[in-house]
Amino acid sequence: MLKTTVLNAAHRALHARMVDFGGWEMPVNYGSQIGEHHAVRRDVGVFDVSHMCAVDATGADVKAFLRRLIANDVDKLKTPGKALYSAMLNESGGVMDDLIVYRLDDTDYRIVINAGTTDKDLAWMSARLKDWRLTAALTPLKGEREAGMIAVQGPNARKKVWAALPEIQNATQNLPPFFGARIPVSAYGELFIATTGYTGEDGFEITLSAAQTEKLWNALLAAGVAPCGLGARDTLRLEAGMNLYGQDMDERVSPLDAGLAWCVDLASDRDFVGKSALLAQGQRHVFLGLKLLEKGVLRARQKVRALQGEGEITSGTFSPTLEVAIALARLPLGVVAGDRAEVEIRGKWLPAEVVKPPFVRNGKAVGAK
Amino acid sequence: MIIPNELKYTRTHEWVRAEANGALYVGITDHAQELLGDLVFVELPEVGRTLAAEEASVVLESVKAAADAYAPVAGVVTAVNEAVVAAPECVNQDAYAAWLFQLEPANAADVDKLLDAAAYKAAIDAQ
Repeated sequence: MLKTTVLNAAHRALHARMVDFGGWEMPVNYGSQIGEHHAVRRDVGVFDVSHMCAVDATGADVKAFLRRLIANDVDKLKTPGKALYSAMLNESGGVMDDLIVYRLDDTDYRIVINAGTTDKDLAWMSARLKDWRLTAALTPLKGEREAGMIAVQGPNARKKVWAALPEIQNATQNLPPFFGARIPVSAYGELFIATTGYTGEDGFEITLSAAQTEKLWNALLAAGVAPCGLGARDTLRLEAGMNLYGQDMDERVSPLDAGLAWCVDLASDRDFVGKSALLAQGQRHVFLGLKLLEKGVLRARQKVRALQGEGEITSGTFSPTLEVAIALARLPLGVVAGDRAEVEIRGKWLPAEVVKPPFVRNGKAVGAK
Repeated sequence: MIIPNELKYTRTHEWVRAEANGALYVGITDHAQELLGDLVFVELPEVGRTLAAEEASVVLESVKAAADAYAPVAGVVTAVNEAVVAAPECVNQDAYAAWLFQLEPANAADVDKLLDAAAYKAAIDAQ
């Protein structure tokens, strides 16, 4: 039995094509995936991301707990509301999940974790809390405290959200990128508004009570925001050079081999789960982008051949913005952007260019030659 | 989902239109294009290639998946629709106008064994 979000009936009313996504029945598109992709790059689109789990982490020791739990350092979060992307590792340095932490204050953090990893993550976090004898409460916004989460993304996202929610404009118009803020009162009850996203565009991620979610969804649609499915979400995040958990990295993959060294803090003397394993292993692969130089489509698990040896595509698709096939790939050490490689597609080796992601940011091709 | 009455179908979601001169036009059904989503790449067989019945002969790639289309009956490829290679989205726009290739059947009677519209609809409903 698939789990459903509070917007399931709304998706069906829009004739969405529904798929099983990590045990959740989610919309993959509402007609044209490419149309939805362009709506986000050029105007504004809205995604149901209620399958993801927000967890409130509160209490006296919560900062110490998070500093030991995840690979990036929450001590970097000096300003209230500031958010941090991080991997959460196991003892052997493999990625258990990737997540975003918002620091509201030193005893009040919000963490957003992936849908498919929610149960495992919560069990892991609770066990570490107990092991380390720290005082903190972890409260997932599921069940009794069920929340809905919708992501409004695109160059016109702010304008359209303010049209539907004029009362939040003052509180959010100066919110810098990668911040979150609690809005205690609105026409849709208490809101959590964040300037994080998974598309490479400006926008808001809005968390609110499950009971209010469909009303806000409908108000956004009425304001001209295009409903967008997980299909477009995948092509958008790939163009933006963002990893997908379970595809680009998992428990067997070091964050250093998944392009996540930038958010792993190995320099300071802070200890965290997986740090000693990462220091012992070092980096064993580079993680870079590919652009196919001939017609075709790059896909996950295709083999890549470079001068230094073989590698593998972890995510691949056809980029609607660039109109070429693009991919993220794990490649041998020594491969650098600008190199040529070959990708095996149906028994043929086709030429590709190695590039540094992202491919697209804020509607524009990045590093176009 | 559109299933024109005048065409023949396969369980693998190809449609077949028999011309008076015996030539067969082959494409994928509206249901197939809907399952695949936006097409971005099509690779057609070479003209002159001899295909066995149910042989994979066309590669279709959408943003989300790759799929093959199969020869509905045995025969020789006599023409391919280059317009589909240049603009794969035309298959999404009208799957029955966007034919993929023409086939000269090895045995014209093979076409009669394909599904009619009602049987194809029943086959989809059973899936």
